Amino acid sequence: MSGVHVSTTVNGDAVEFVCPPGETLLDVLRNRLGLIGAKEGCGTGDCGACSVTVDDQLVCSCLVLGAEVEGRAVGTVEGLSTNGELHPLQQQFIDNAALQCGICTPGFLVAAKALLDHNPSPSEEEIRYALAGNLCRCTGYDKIVRAVGSAAKDLAKEAKKSSKKKAK
Amino acid sequence: MYHHRAFEVQLDEGSSLRYEAPTTTKEAAKLLAKEKGAAYLLAGGTDLLVRMKGDFIEPDLVVDIKRIASTQTIQKTATGFTVGASVPCVQVGRDKALGKAWPGVVEAAKLIGSDQVQGRCTMAGNMCNASPAADSVPALVAARAKAVVVGPNGKRSVPVEKMATGPGATTLKKGELVEAIKLPKQDSKSGDAYLRFTPRTEMDIAVCSAAVNLTLGAGGVVKKARIALGAVAPTVVIVPAAAKAIVGSKLDDTALEKLAKACEAACNPIDDKRGTAEFRTEVAGVLARRAAKIAYQRAGGK
Amino acid sequence: MAEAFDTSYTDQEFKVIGSRERRPDGLDKVTGRARYGADATAPGQLVGLILRSPHAHAKIKKIDTSKAEKLPGVKAVLTSADLPDLTNGNRGNFDILENCMARDRALYDGHAVAAVAAIDMETAKQALKLIKVTYKKLPHVTDVDEAMKDGAPIVHPHIKAADDQSKSTNLVNASTFGHGDTEAGFEQADFIVEESFKTEQTHQGYIEPHACLATVGADGQGELWVTTQGHFTFRSVCADLLGMDIAKLKVTSSEIGGGFGGKTHVWIEPVALALSRKTNLPVKMTMTRDEVFRATGPTASTSMDIKIGATKDGRITAATAHIRYQDGAFPGIWGMLGAMTAFACYDLENVQAVGYDVLVNRPKVAAYRAPSAPMAAFGVESCMDLMAEKVGMTPVDFRLKNAAKEGTKASYGPTYGPIGIGATLEAVKNHPHMRARLGKNQGRGMACGFWFNFGGQTCVDLNISTDGTVNLTVGTVDVGGARASMGMIAAEELGIPYEDIKVTVGDTNSLGHNDTTEGSRGTFSSGMATIFAARNAVEELRARAAQTWDIPLEDVGWEDGQAMPLGVKHNNLHPLSLKEIAKASPRTGGPIAGHNEVVADGAGVSFASHICDVEVDPETGSTKILRYTVVQDAGKAINPDYVEGQMQGAAAQGIGWALNEEYIYGADGRLENPGFLDYRIPVCSDLPMIDTQILEIPNPNHPYGIRGVGETSIVPPLAAIASAVSNAVGVRMTHTPMSPPRILKAVNEAKT
Repeated sequence: MSGVHVSTTVNGDAVEFVCPPGETLLDVLRNRLGLIGAKEGCGTGDCGACSVTVDDQLVCSCLVLGAEVEGRAVGTVEGLSTNGELHPLQQQFIDNAALQCGICTPGFLVAAKALLDHNPSPSEEEIRYALAGNLCRCTGYDKIVRAVGSAAKDLAKEAKKSSKKKAK
Repeated sequence: MYHHRAFEVQLDEGSSLRYEAPTTTKEAAKLLAKEKGAAYLLAGGTDLLVRMKGDFIEPDLVVDIKRIASTQTIQKTATGFTVGASVPCVQVGRDKALGKAWPGVVEAAKLIGSDQVQGRCTMAGNMCNASPAADSVPALVAARAKAVVVGPNGKRSVPVEKMATGPGATTLKKGELVEAIKLPKQDSKSGDAYLRFTPRTEMDIAVCSAAVNLTLGAGGVVKKARIALGAVAPTVVIVPAAAKAIVGSKLDDTALEKLAKACEAACNPIDDKRGTAEFRTEVAGVLARRAAKIAYQRAGGK
Repeated sequence: MAEAFDTSYTDQEFKVIGSRERRPDGLDKVTGRARYGADATAPGQLVGLILRSPHAHAKIKKIDTSKAEKLPGVKAVLTSADLPDLTNGNRGNFDILENCMARDRALYDGHAVAAVAAIDMETAKQALKLIKVTYKKLPHVTDVDEAMKDGAPIVHPHIKAADDQSKSTNLVNASTFGHGDTEAGFEQADFIVEESFKTEQTHQGYIEPHACLATVGADGQGELWVTTQGHFTFRSVCADLLGMDIAKLKVTSSEIGGGFGGKTHVWIEPVALALSRKTNLPVKMTMTRDEVFRATGPTASTSMDIKIGATKDGRITAATAHIRYQDGAFPGIWGMLGAMTAFACYDLENVQAVGYDVLVNRPKVAAYRAPSAPMAAFGVESCMDLMAEKVGMTPVDFRLKNAAKEGTKASYGPTYGPIGIGATLEAVKNHPHMRARLGKNQGRGMACGFWFNFGGQTCVDLNISTDGTVNLTVGTVDVGGARASMGMIAAEELGIPYEDIKVTVGDTNSLGHNDTTEGSRGTFSSGMATIFAARNAVEELRARAAQTWDIPLEDVGWEDGQAMPLGVKHNNLHPLSLKEIAKASPRTGGPIAGHNEVVADGAGVSFASHICDVEVDPETGSTKILRYTVVQDAGKAINPDYVEGQMQGAAAQGIGWALNEEYIYGADGRLENPGFLDYRIPVCSDLPMIDTQILEIPNPNHPYGIRGVGETSIVPPLAAIASAVSNAVGVRMTHTPMSPPRILKAVNEAKT
C-alpha cells in the first residue's frame, strides 16, 4: 500500500510522514505523529477541539487533508510552551480556572494565540467572537474570556519590556 | 513554486482515492475531464471534507486548486475586482479596497463559519457547494458578480445567480472549474449590505438572508436597486418587485413595507430543522428592510 | 482499627479550605499531555466499529455477516449472538445488554445491531457496508403524549398496564409524592393558575465522544481504558454482562472530557470488550459525534400540567403537577425524580406531584445534571411567576413567602434541616442586578432550583512517603476539579502545604468500590472519606511520635502538621513535624498510611436562585442574554474557583436548553440533527459574563458543611429565561427551547 508522502514542519521541527490521501491532518497528528493535543470532538469543523495553525492561520485540522500541508508550517498546542516555560495563555488558563474537564483547552489555546497574534488588545466582544468556533460545555466561557484578556495584558507587558531592552 | 504531485493509494478492497495538486487551471481541467470516477474540487475543504466524513460522497479524485497561481489573489482592476477561487474568506475580509467598494459582499464572506473556517473557506467554494443557504451568494448576486469558469473548451463567464441549478447542483460541465469571481466596479453613491438570520450569534447556517445593492440619484432618491434573498428557495431569489418598490423613494416606511411584502411573496422556503417556512418568509422581509436601510446609509443616504 | 468518626459539622477556621489552589491536572491539560479516552494505544490494536439501525423501530429478521467476515483485515464480526444473556433475570442489566446490542428488535434510530473489529478504520467501514441486516419495519412512536395513547406502538410488550395485566403499555410507572389534601386546598384558594408545558429532548453535549481501549486476554482477564464517570460501576456492569470475574477486569479511568451524567452508563464498552475477547487483540473504539447524539443517553423530553392555588395574601394553598417523561426505549426513573423535585423549594401544606415514566422509540435516557429537575422547575417556576402576578407580589417576595425552611416537610417526604433557599432568595432580592435599568424590548426573570445530593460508597487511600510528601488515591472520577479539592482537604487535615500532596484517581485494582461521580457526590463523599483517611493517618503519626517520645498516646496532639507533646510534664520535648516522623518511619513501624471506606451519608440539599435579563427582537424572535446572575448555597466552598465554575457551567447548559437545544425527530422517527451544527449549544459570543454569589449554609451532616454544587444551577434557567422573555415581549412561553420561530409565533399570536 502506498500513500501520500508529505514533508512539513510541526512546531518548528521538520517532519515527514506517509498517509492515505483521504486522511485528515487531525488523524495524522494524533495517530502518526503522536501529537494527541488536538482532539476530535465532532469531525466536521463545528467544535474547534482540533484547532491548529497552518502557516499561522487558525484552522480545524479535521477539515484539512494531511496531504495539504506539504511544505507548510503546522502549529499545535504542543508548540505553545518554549523550553518548558508556559505561554502566558497557558498560565492564565490555569490561574483563572479557565478549564474544567480540559478537552476543549488545547483548541482554545491555539485559537486564542491566533487571536492575540493578530489583535494584541481585543475587547471582550472581540474575544468572544474570535473564540466562537471553540465549543466549551463545562465553563460557560466566563473564565476563559477572562484568562485570554489577562494573557493579552501579560503579552503587552512582555512586548514593552523587550522593546525597552531593544531600545537600550 | 510547487510541482504537480500525484499520489495513489491501493488497498486490497475499498477506496482508491487520489489526490492531485495541479499548478494551472489547464492541468486541473484536464484531470477533471479525463476522470472516469467521481471527481471533486478542493479549495478550503470546509464543505468537501464534511461530506466525506459523513460518507455522503466517496470521491475517487480530489483536485486541490490551491497551488494554482491564478486562483490565489484578489486583484483590483479597472473594471472591478477579481477574487481568485482559492482565496480564503479571511483574506477577503482583510482586503481594504474590496471592503470599501463592496462592504456587503465582504461582510457576507466574513459570516461564513468560525475563525477556523474563515481561514479556509472560499467564496467560489461557497458558490459551487450550492447550498440554498450559502452566505456569500446573495450578496454576490446583488452585486451582479460573475464566475470565471475554465474548462477543456476555454473560459466562459457565468452570472453567479446562474451557477447553482438546485441544492448541491451547479451548471459546471465535466472538466470545468471556477477560476475566480469577478465583481464589477461599484457605481458612485452606491452601497450594498447583507444580513442573515441565525438562532445563535455564530456557527449557524443562515435560516434566511437578504442582500441589497443600491445606487442613489440626486437628492438621496434610490435610482437603482437589486435585492437577492437566500435560504428561502432552492437557489438564491432575485426580487425585482422589491427593487421596484424602493426605486424613486428615499426609503420611507411605505416603500420599505412594499419591499418587505414583495420579498415575502417571492419566498418559496421549506420547513426543516433550521426554521419553518412561515418564519423564513416573515424574517426575510424583515432582513430585506433592514439591509436596505444599511445599504442606503452606505450609499450616502440620510 | 480506626474508630467511627463523627460526620457532623463543626464550625472551624480553615487554613487551606476556601482558598483558590491550582488544580493538579492543569499543567497536563494546557500542554496537551493529558490523556483522554481516545488518547491510548496498544500494540496490535484493532479498530472497533458499530453498525446501527437506520430505523426507529424494526424487527431484526436476519443478520448475514459472511461477506464482512471474509473481508481481508477484518478480525471479528459480532452480533447479539456473541453476547449471551448472563443477567440471570436481572432486568436492569438485561436492558443494558439489549441497549448495547439489539437482540431481536431495533428500538431506535441508531440502536447498535452489529459490530466489527478490523485492522484500520477504512477496513472497518467497508466491513460494516458488507453486513446485510434484514429488517421488518414496525410502527414507531417518538412523542411522550402519543406514546401514552391507546393504540400507540408498544416499545416493550412485556410491560403491562398497572390496571390490566393483559394489556401492554408504554407507561412504565407513575410515581406520586406529596401530602395533604390538594382538592381541599384548591377550594381555599382565591386565585388559581393552571398551565401546561412541554420541554424538548436535550443532550449533555460533552465535547469528548465516548471512547475506550479494551483488552481481553485468552485467560479471560481484561483491561479497559475508558472515559467514564464511574470506572468501578463500569467494571461491575461489564463483568456481569460478559461473565467475567469483577476483580480480574481492571478499569482505568482516563481524563474525562465532560460527562454531566452521560458517562455514568456503558454504551460501547461491553461491545469493545467482547470484540477483544473474540480476537484476543486490543480493540479501540471511539464514537463519532453522530453516534453520540443518536445512541448514547440524552435527557427526557416532557409534557406536563401544573396547577397552583393561592390566597390573595400570597400563601399557596395547594399545588399539583403531572409530568410525563419519556425514558427512551428502556425503563428509567426519570418521571419519579421529576415528581420528587417539582415542589421541593416550597413549604406546602397540600401538594401532589405525579411523575410518569413512558417508553418511546428514542435512545435510552440517561442522567443529565440534576436529571428531571429542570423540566419540572420550568413548569412550576413559570406558574409561580404567573401566580405572583395575580396576587400582586414580586416574583421574589412571593417565593420568599412560600419558601421551604428548616423544619419544612418537603414535598418529596423528608423534613429539611438548615437549607439555603431563603438565603438565596434574599440575596437575589438585594442583588444590584435586580436594580439595573432595563431598556426597550428587554425583560428580567428569576427562578429557583433544587437538587438533592448523594453520598454513596467511597474508598480512599492516603500514603505518606519518607520525605513527607503524600499520595492520595481516590476512586471518584474528577469531573470538575475534585482532585484539587481532595488535595486541599488532605492538606487541611494533615496541616501540611497543598503542594506536598499528589492526588490520583486510582484504577479499579487499587481501591475498593467507589460509586460513580454523579449526584454531585464527588466532593462530598470522597471529601468525607479523605477527611477520615487523613484522620486515620494522623492517629498513626501521633502513635509514632508517642513511641519516639515514649509517652502515652493521649499526651500527643496534632497541630499545623506537627505532633505536639501535651501537658507541662513534657515541656522538654520539641514538636515533631510530619516530615520528621515520615523520615523515621522505616525504623518506627514501616510505611504510614490512612485508609477509609465509607458509605457517605447525610448529603445536603442544594438550592439556587438565578436572575436573567434578556433582549428580544420582536420582529424575529431572536433572544440575547444581557446579564445573568447565579446565587447558590454550597454549604462550604472548598475551592471557590471550582464552585463558581460549576455554577457558570450549569447555568450555560440551562441557557442552551432554554433557548436553542432540542432533538428534532422526523416523521420517520429518525434524528435529524445529530451534530453540533444543528444541535445548537451556546457559543462564546452567545453569553455574557455569568456573575456568581456563593452562599454557605453548612450541611450539618458533613464535618466541613459541604453540599454538592455541580448540578443545582442547571435547574432555574429555563423558567428564569421564560419569565424574562415574557417580561420583554409580553408572551408567556410554555415550550422549550424558546427558539426564535417559537417566540416570533407567540409574539404574532399575541398581537391578534
